[in-house]
Amino acid sequence: MENYLSLFETYDVPAAFWVNIQLSFWAAIWALAIGTVLALFRISPIPSLQWFGAAYVNIFRNTPLTIILAFGFLGLFSVMQISLADELDVSLFRIAIVGLALYHAAFACEAIRSGVNTVPLGQAEAARAIGLSFLPAARLIILPQAFRGAIAPLGNVLIALIKNSTVAAAGSVATEASGLMKTMIEFRSDLVIPIFLTFALGFVILVIPIGLLTTWASRKLAVAR
Amino acid sequence: MQKTRYAAAAVAAVAALTLSACGGGGDSAESGSGSSAEGGGETLRIGIKFDQPGLGYDEGGSYSGFDVDVAKYVANELGVSEENIEFVEAPSANRENLLANEQVDMIFATYSITDTRKETVDFAGPYFVAGQDLLVPTDSDITGPEDLEGKNLCSVTGSTSAQKIKDQYPGVQLVEQPGYAECVTAMGGGQIDAVTTDDIILAGLASQEANAGKFKVVGNTFSEENYGVGLPKGSTERCEEVNAAITKMIEDGAWEEALTSNTEGADYAYNEDLNPPTPAPCA
Repeated sequence: MENYLSLFETYDVPAAFWVNIQLSFWAAIWALAIGTVLALFRISPIPSLQWFGAAYVNIFRNTPLTIILAFGFLGLFSVMQISLADELDVSLFRIAIVGLALYHAAFACEAIRSGVNTVPLGQAEAARAIGLSFLPAARLIILPQAFRGAIAPLGNVLIALIKNSTVAAAGSVATEASGLMKTMIEFRSDLVIPIFLTFALGFVILVIPIGLLTTWASRKLAVAR
Repeated sequence: MQKTRYAAAAVAAVAALTLSACGGGGDSAESGSGSSAEGGGETLRIGIKFDQPGLGYDEGGSYSGFDVDVAKYVANELGVSEENIEFVEAPSANRENLLANEQVDMIFATYSITDTRKETVDFAGPYFVAGQDLLVPTDSDITGPEDLEGKNLCSVTGSTSAQKIKDQYPGVQLVEQPGYAECVTAMGGGQIDAVTTDDIILAGLASQEANAGKFKVVGNTFSEENYGVGLPKGSTERCEEVNAAITKMIEDGAWEEALTSNTEGADYAYNEDLNPPTPAPCA
């Protein structure tokens, strides 16, 4: 036990989880923004936009995240020499956020689209009847109701995103939790199983409140019909 | 919805993995009849790396490298012929567990002897003394870790080499990747100035066909890694046998030959002050 506690003196476990929280936070904001635009594309009356939205979702949803993040490092950073900041580690951190956001945008889009499906067709027809064109109708009538219906699936996307943020190690963000876990196992091989359990527990602690919160919010905010 | 279903499947898969890891003893009881019996026509399960060219490398079912050659020699001395060896992948993080659960009989996988590891496993050897070094492009003027200030250095996430750089050379911009192959690819692209880990691993990478002539090992080691043979805790007798085999391999020249043939074309010379090593007495 004393052995185990000494781990926390040598290694800053909360700091590693903080990196995952930061990755998830920024990636979630971007994924929601991109996902909303994609959902708009998919429900828009313009066929080329519908096609683009569907193609994006199918490509990114079906590509392993590790490959996207490894491409961010090997393709964008190494070969195309793209830099998103002066400092190397900040740049790699941002590239990882871009990769996480692009991937989860596909899932956010589908979650929002499922929310759109909860809005009765009559709402769209009524919006059209009072003279609103597509964008104002989407902004004022459809999306506000759709988001309220999409809270639970969006919460699931967020939970997946938090856990997937460990894949950022493939994009060289080695300060995050799974990177620290590897370091700890390398140096403290006598405590492999306690180390694993520590990190598993850390993610459970992070994720459970989000599940509870989104379930509560989805009930509270659902449009009563 | 689909995502949740994936998540559920992932949970189930992880649970299955965890359970099978716990139940690993049952598995090895079937296939592991060789582990308890000595010699004869028995089989030996040996843990090696599958992804380190020049040391332990899986070439579509056949295995090559210095670790593999030493493992074959030692197995032969223990009375196990080459076709009776079953090679098992032993990634760094799993090595102690593989031995503790008796899923392998011994491990030759760039396994440095350290005091922490000695608490959970026994070591025979060392059979090689490596040292942390740098791999740089052929035209680079980097000659040691002192030249790395402000440069981009790549190593593997969570490795001893990465930690040493963080502790001793804080001015270096360290990039951590899942494997050395990615580091070398990135260095080929020009964004990385050097790759660091044990010299013999670097030599193996440099001697790969795709990299031939592009990179050189600096040859200025700044650590000492004693590669040992990992054995389950409490196998003193087996340790003595392995040590005897290693000593014999060094004396009859097979050791030198294996080392030369596996680092061919890398412009690499091992540290002659420390090599060949004398196996340490078994505890």
